[in-house]
Amino acid sequence: MTEVKSPEVPAPPAAVPAELTPERGRWHRVRPFLPLVALVLAVIVPYSTLPLPGIFEGPLNSPGTLQVLAVCLVFGGLAAGYDLLFGRTGMLSFGHALYFAAGVYGTDILVTKAGLPLWQAALLTVTGGTILAALLGAVALRTVGIAFAMVTLAFAQVGAILVARDFGGFTGGEEGLPLDVSGLPAGLVGVTNTVNLYWLALAYLALVVFVVHRVSSSPTGRVLAGLRDDERRIGVLGLDPYRYKLVAFTLAGGLAAAGGGVYCLIVGGASPHITSSELTLSMLVMVVLGGPGTRWGPVLGGVLYMYLDHRLTAFGSSDAVESLPAVLSRPLSQPLFVLGTLFILAVYFFPGGLASLTSRLTLLRRSLLPPSRR
Amino acid sequence: MGTVILLTLTGLGLAALYFLVASGLSLVFGLADVLNFAHGLFLGVGAYATWWAAANLPGAGSDGFGFVLAVVFGVAAGTLVAVLVELVLIRPLYSRTIEQVLVTVGLSLAGVALLQATWGADARPFPRPDWTRQVTGILGAQVPNGGLLLIIAAVLVLGALLAFLRWTRYGLVIRAGVENREMVTALGIDVRKAFTLVFAIGGAAAALAGALGGVYFGTVSPGQGGSLLIFAFIVVVIGGMGSVVGSAYAAVAVGLLQQFVNYYGPSGLGDVCVVGLLAVVLLLRPQGIAGKVATA
Repeated sequence: MTEVKSPEVPAPPAAVPAELTPERGRWHRVRPFLPLVALVLAVIVPYSTLPLPGIFEGPLNSPGTLQVLAVCLVFGGLAAGYDLLFGRTGMLSFGHALYFAAGVYGTDILVTKAGLPLWQAALLTVTGGTILAALLGAVALRTVGIAFAMVTLAFAQVGAILVARDFGGFTGGEEGLPLDVSGLPAGLVGVTNTVNLYWLALAYLALVVFVVHRVSSSPTGRVLAGLRDDERRIGVLGLDPYRYKLVAFTLAGGLAAAGGGVYCLIVGGASPHITSSELTLSMLVMVVLGGPGTRWGPVLGGVLYMYLDHRLTAFGSSDAVESLPAVLSRPLSQPLFVLGTLFILAVYFFPGGLASLTSRLTLLRRSLLPPSRR
Repeated sequence: MGTVILLTLTGLGLAALYFLVASGLSLVFGLADVLNFAHGLFLGVGAYATWWAAANLPGAGSDGFGFVLAVVFGVAAGTLVAVLVELVLIRPLYSRTIEQVLVTVGLSLAGVALLQATWGADARPFPRPDWTRQVTGILGAQVPNGGLLLIIAAVLVLGALLAFLRWTRYGLVIRAGVENREMVTALGIDVRKAFTLVFAIGGAAAALAGALGGVYFGTVSPGQGGSLLIFAFIVVVIGGMGSVVGSAYAAVAVGLLQQFVNYYGPSGLGDVCVVGLLAVVLLLRPQGIAGKVATA
């Protein structure tokens, strides 16, 4: 059989993909400093009295706004830590809320029930959370893929049961455990000192981003990326996937426990809803919305998710929504409905999340510009 | 003696509930590799549709034939939702496992919120026939009839499922697909039709679990499905993915263990023991009691 060739169609020249050519734009030189600029801006936010009507209820430096921002920042850090598992190593853990809850309840119990000073409580909690993650990870990582997801989910469920049933009277059961503030440093107590908690949350976020960035650019991080892409190949190269995965799992667990300690200080106590599997699911939503495996995507996703979760509750009871027919207004008053729908749409239409938005917009701009100016 | 029999039968009632949820999950996972977080939603839809039908559907009620009609309506609603979810949301993401899981996660969050928005977050009293509130004396134990109803329903579903899987052509396709999906596809059989079918079966079983669970607990609330779902996941992993019989054995083991330990030990310890059982099974036999190796 002879091959039929069409003579008039030459092969298109091999094009270098856009992401391989370094961008020579105005932003090129500024770019490495952007995170630093963002950090400085975030640090000086409490000095601004700028009112942002519609976005926050009070001016930027009011304690209410700062507390919302602090919670957002903690969850930004939490999502970045979770991304170490999901986006960078490809482990689908459904039990990450457990280590966060261990941090919250650990700090709370050690300060309130055992009367330890805060620094000792924090140190013990982070150590304990890390050890817990290492132990449970050692068992859970004997399975892979979906089975791993289910096992981590089951472990987290045990945490939720232990907290809710209140064995030994430590956790306060359904009512939660308010933090005893009498033993805390004075700078972290009271409405006027919310700004310190805000800075603490910001420091936590910066720490997580720094650690995740260092780990993922280290040789270990390359192995983790390899595990995500092709685990068998890593095994063939003579590296033990189990150990590397355990390292990532333990590290992420420790970071989550530290975040739990910060969260405990910000909201002033612990409540059982943070142990629910719903929290892990929302971490997954944060990472996917933001962009898994990117440096800033999960942070953005976490901050945005918590902000929306907070604001949508107010939005749902606003007049604009109330005046809609009941078919629309009732679902819209449920933040989880809006966020869940947004998440499904993101999975379909924005697989890279928010972080992929810039490259998508660049492509769009290029295709809209006339060819001569490209 | 009476206590042991009572605990055994209530444990079996719980096991029946787990089995109804887990059988569908297990088949869906075994065939399509989809970890279906939206399964709890199907359960919620079944429960709420039965509750709604008992009050609003002409001919349906909370007693006698009217109640049967209400349950049939609930099961039909659950099946319909399951089929729609498969056709609209899961099918376009064919063979992209992680995305499918993510979509069902989003669906479970949004769906439960929608149920909550429509009917409120509080538990609603469930319409149930009077005889389900009473107890039957069996060997000296006073067993609630609602639990017995669940056991009978689960045994019937198990029998029907096994008969369907063994003696029909579609059952053969499903069994073959669990074993080796590529081979079934290579033989020219559209395995995606089997996916829809499995989703429909799972949705129907979960909706039945929702309706009968409503009878058993006496109330219906939006979050009910979620808490059952986690134990159903455990049952699926212990039983082995894709194995209906394995799910049945595992459901019985989990239900009995939970009931007995919760009675004789402090409340809640049974739930912890179940997870301990899961850890032991995973360490000794990662592929579960029966079925294929539990990998993605």
